[in-house]
Amino acid sequence: MGIRFLLNGEPQDVSVSPTVTLLDWLRETRHLTGTKEGCNEGDCGACTVMVTDPDGTARALNACILFLPQLDGRAVRTVEGIAGPDCTLHPVQRAMVNHHGSQCGFCTPGFIVSMAVAHRNGRRDHDDQLAGNLCRCTGYAPIVRAAEAAADAAVPAWMRADAEALARGAVGEPAAGPRDRPPYIPTSADALAAWYAANPEATLIAGATDVGLWVTKGLRDLAPVAFLNQCSDLKGIVADSETIRVGAMTSVAEFGAFIADRHPSLAELIRRYGSVQVRNAATIGGNIANGSPIGDSPPALIALGATLHLRKGDARRSLPLEEFFLDYGKQDRAPGEFVEAVSFPVQPDTLACYKLSKRFDQDISAVCGCFNVSVEDGVVTAARIAFGGMAGVPKRAGAVEAALVGLPWSEAGVMKAQAALADDFQPLSDMRASAAYRMRAAEGMLMRYFHEQAGSATDVLAVRA
Amino acid sequence: MSVAKPLPHDAAALHVTGAARYVDDIPVPGDCVHLAFGLATIARGRITAMDLAPVRAAAGVVAVLSGEDFDVIPDCSPSAHDEPLLSDGRVHYVGQPIFLVVAESHLAARKAAALAKVEYAEDTPILSVEEALAAGSIFEDGPRIYGKGDIEAALASAPHRVEGRIEVGAQEHFYLEGQSALALPQEGGDMIVHSSSQHPTEIQHKVADALGRPMHAVRVEVRRMGGGFGGKESQGNHLAIACAVAAARTGRPAKMRYDRDDDFLVTGKRHDIRVDYRAGFDDDGRLTGVDFTHYMRCGWSMDLSLPVADRAMLHADNAYDLPAARITSHRLKTNHQSATAFRGFGGPQGMVGIERVMDHIAHTLGRDPLKVRRVNYYPEARVESAGASGRDIFETEKGHRLETADLAGRGSVKVADGTGRGARFGGAHSQKPVPSREGLTPYGMAVEDFILGGLTAQLAESCDYAGRRAAIAGWNAKEPVLKRGLALTPVKFGISFTLTHLNQAGALVHVYQDGSIHMNHGGTEMGQGLFQKVAQVAASRFGVGVERVKITATDTGKVPNTSATAASSGSDLNGMAVKAACDTIRERIAEVVAPELQAEPSQVVFEGGMVRANGAEMAFEDAVTRTYMARVSLSATGFYATPKIEWDRIAGKGRPFFYFAYGAACSEVVIDTLTGENRILRTDILHDCGASLNPALDIGQIEGGFVQGAGWLTTEDLVWDGKGRLRTHAPSTYKIPACSDRPPVFNVALWDGANREETIYRSKAVGEPPLMLGISVLMALSDACAACGPAYPDLQAPATPEAVLAAVDRARGA
Repeated sequence: MGIRFLLNGEPQDVSVSPTVTLLDWLRETRHLTGTKEGCNEGDCGACTVMVTDPDGTARALNACILFLPQLDGRAVRTVEGIAGPDCTLHPVQRAMVNHHGSQCGFCTPGFIVSMAVAHRNGRRDHDDQLAGNLCRCTGYAPIVRAAEAAADAAVPAWMRADAEALARGAVGEPAAGPRDRPPYIPTSADALAAWYAANPEATLIAGATDVGLWVTKGLRDLAPVAFLNQCSDLKGIVADSETIRVGAMTSVAEFGAFIADRHPSLAELIRRYGSVQVRNAATIGGNIANGSPIGDSPPALIALGATLHLRKGDARRSLPLEEFFLDYGKQDRAPGEFVEAVSFPVQPDTLACYKLSKRFDQDISAVCGCFNVSVEDGVVTAARIAFGGMAGVPKRAGAVEAALVGLPWSEAGVMKAQAALADDFQPLSDMRASAAYRMRAAEGMLMRYFHEQAGSATDVLAVRA
Repeated sequence: MSVAKPLPHDAAALHVTGAARYVDDIPVPGDCVHLAFGLATIARGRITAMDLAPVRAAAGVVAVLSGEDFDVIPDCSPSAHDEPLLSDGRVHYVGQPIFLVVAESHLAARKAAALAKVEYAEDTPILSVEEALAAGSIFEDGPRIYGKGDIEAALASAPHRVEGRIEVGAQEHFYLEGQSALALPQEGGDMIVHSSSQHPTEIQHKVADALGRPMHAVRVEVRRMGGGFGGKESQGNHLAIACAVAAARTGRPAKMRYDRDDDFLVTGKRHDIRVDYRAGFDDDGRLTGVDFTHYMRCGWSMDLSLPVADRAMLHADNAYDLPAARITSHRLKTNHQSATAFRGFGGPQGMVGIERVMDHIAHTLGRDPLKVRRVNYYPEARVESAGASGRDIFETEKGHRLETADLAGRGSVKVADGTGRGARFGGAHSQKPVPSREGLTPYGMAVEDFILGGLTAQLAESCDYAGRRAAIAGWNAKEPVLKRGLALTPVKFGISFTLTHLNQAGALVHVYQDGSIHMNHGGTEMGQGLFQKVAQVAASRFGVGVERVKITATDTGKVPNTSATAASSGSDLNGMAVKAACDTIRERIAEVVAPELQAEPSQVVFEGGMVRANGAEMAFEDAVTRTYMARVSLSATGFYATPKIEWDRIAGKGRPFFYFAYGAACSEVVIDTLTGENRILRTDILHDCGASLNPALDIGQIEGGFVQGAGWLTTEDLVWDGKGRLRTHAPSTYKIPACSDRPPVFNVALWDGANREETIYRSKAVGEPPLMLGISVLMALSDACAACGPAYPDLQAPATPEAVLAAVDRARGA
């Protein structure tokens, strides 16, 4: 009853403690040392591997915060498997050599895997595809030149081998019927609900981009745990004419792709959320359930008027998302209760999301401000505004909203509303920003929303030399 | 000829396939033990009780060592003998190793290390510049002062004056491969150590010292590092010593690597600096004099801080001919990680000071900053290089007293001084300043190779500085929220170890019977491409392709007594040493084959895989076979010592540098005046590598150095709290540039010109100088902030969004 997956094409059946990371297993048990440990927390990408799902989707993931049970039924390809079976270099490998894309070489395996996955998936937004891979030597320019040079090359056949093998059932269900899995890998919401109600002290692991650090940095023993990634009915987005419902296990990446047409500013926020590797693993449900004051999806969802759907056993309840966050580290969630979905109304797009951090990509927000303001005939008629990083929880700016409604939508009106921020927030100083600066930035974001609607240039990312 | 070809890095194919081995990838015997330190959680005080029983009882623990387990606690410092491997009971910073866990696995060691129960008697830590000054917590007997001319008179008579302060934050190296070491015990108590180190000889010396054995009992091998940037010059000592001690005590191989958070907490970073300045200048912005005071927080131990602070002083002039100058340098001892070498080694900190002065003067006069910079440049070198060297101008003190064996570390500068040395000069204040002569640095070295006039003109032209300056002014007049800025800043960086005796290198070259070549030298490969460059030298000397040259790991058993691969010196020193070894063998081959070619040995040339003379030729491998058959050695050592340099760091006079490397960068930025967020929009660089040994590798150093320097001054923000705890100790909180942070328009070109000094193929060092091209970004941000109001924005570094917004406020007079 082990974990079954493909490693560089070879079937594996592994029985280990459920919180052994793929990275440790690769390096220490399998002696596959091409995959590197740079940070052990999912921030540097040196451990990037390609993981293919049974549906053939291939993704880049960080092996350092990927537990072996998350791989059950999937295929892993490490840097050792990126060159062809006859050692033919992959086009991105050749290009990295030819364009001097490696110096010390330690980050290179992770870059190679990220580049090979992006290449396989036809992605040419190299800055985004490589935002989760840190390089300290090259300044990235030659790496991007290599990615561009390889972009037109055909995808080598071996890069599709994992998808084909999974489709053939290489690790899938045997003909005799569903195979046994460890009980901590439920395959439906019902199974999870029953198991969790019986094991309310357990830790639920969705994408492990946060919980992974409890193990790799906190050195915690998490048992018992359950892995949710095979609960297929918790995944996916359902939209009708009135409501959009996002399953808790929907990845942040998938949500970002879905929302791009409806709320492009939210998609842009999500583009800067973590990195490709993190967004591929992280889930919307996890980003809410962990209750972090600096998670980026809650402020946006609150500004959209989202409702959270919780479940315990067979009992379900719903509440406005902002009411879920009670206090720092405290949520309105009973033992054994889990996030099943979040939903929000279909609406005209007036949403603007601003993420402020020291670095644009793959950084945790010092302040995340999300603004959803309706203006009719030059007067504010409705406002939903929420911030992350301004309080111990993601929080609605009730006083600012109240101040804005009825005001003329003008610079002077916005300045009046800015003053109300002090009624909503008393932010903290920490390593990301001082309290005073957080207040200034929050005021600035509100003013930016005004200037943006007025047509001024407000986005430094849009400026070209 | 192999030299000057843009060949890829020697290990590129291994890098891209994951086959390149780093220390943690080396297969180890199954009984290898793994180590982790337990770290202090207070910044200053004493350990009153340490209960290690839970650590010893933890799963997989083999042994636990504390200071009490040693008769003499091994020392890890590069020279000052002030860094015990484990606390002697006193605690000097949060993150100081206080005990060592030896366990069956890396994870078991880390988990066990967390279980100790430690009690402390806390003292008030010395953290800030002010606290250190008030407590007299300094290294050396007082501030170092270098000077030129009569600074007070120059300031008093100046038509205009400015004064101000810039604080520049520290910088974490963030080499992607963390510190690591592996010790393999050998027969008779000998030890082989694999270390991720820029300084194998120091590792050898410190390990031998820890084991109480001569250096010959320890062999250190370094094939490659996953980045170094100065952070592996001295900071690997702890791990190598811990491994050797554990291996010696258990008889088992021992491996240690820091988890990234521990790496941040334990190891040193770039020194932060506060620069106070007073400058006098005329209506054109031409300086009459500038008075700098440097305050560097060096952390708890001396490490390499003295030469770092010296180098900051030596770059306080950058490209500018200062008629009068005084540089006063305070080296403060504080309860932080011990600040250490980092690419530029103090040079960048010193250079930011004078660039800030240029920016401030230009703002005060309302003149274009580039005009102000150029009016202050050193005189352009004459086409014919000549003239007096610093050595001719000053009699420098000779005969340093050498008291210990710590000779190979840059920190040994203090030891070399001897204790009475400062006194012999009658204390810091009695030194005579350098005379106020044109073209003379504040430390009395004549600048004879200055090319920045021409280089700047070419860059300003190619990047359309003037046109874009006007366009930016137009944008700033129109746009209410986003403001743009532009700056072109120069770099002049001195090349040589300022500790003169370190400017030496050795090499060992074998030519085998089949004509293949085994090359070894004292330099280490950390990604900079040194091995390939030097292999290109070897291939060129023998006139063969570089594929004939086997690059081998740096090994203290092959080439002894090496200096750190540091100070940008790698290819200058080791290239020359390898050339010497190759030329010895070449001469021997020529002697053997000359008769057969009917020529004199001096007529024999090596090119195109052939050995030729007088129209006759034979294949290189045939010439090699004949040499072997003639019973002539095909193995040779080579040695090089940099000429011309001489330096007295106490007097602040002499010629510390063989030559200068030059470059300039023009960066354009945009800021959001509502939040302070900012981006680099475009950077153009023209950089001087002399006659490049490998233009592709050199451009790689320039691009990478620029981005690292820009990161230092923008996103990289190390934050310690009021208790001395580092709050940014992982990439989740400490942000080095990511892919999209490089300039979207990024033009890098090499200045076309050979080194005027006789370096290896007339190339120039390239490791450190490009980092300082990043200063252009800080100055461009200052320019953008200045567009927000009439006052000087006084931008501090790193220019995080918060710092930029504060500068916008100051510009507005808010």
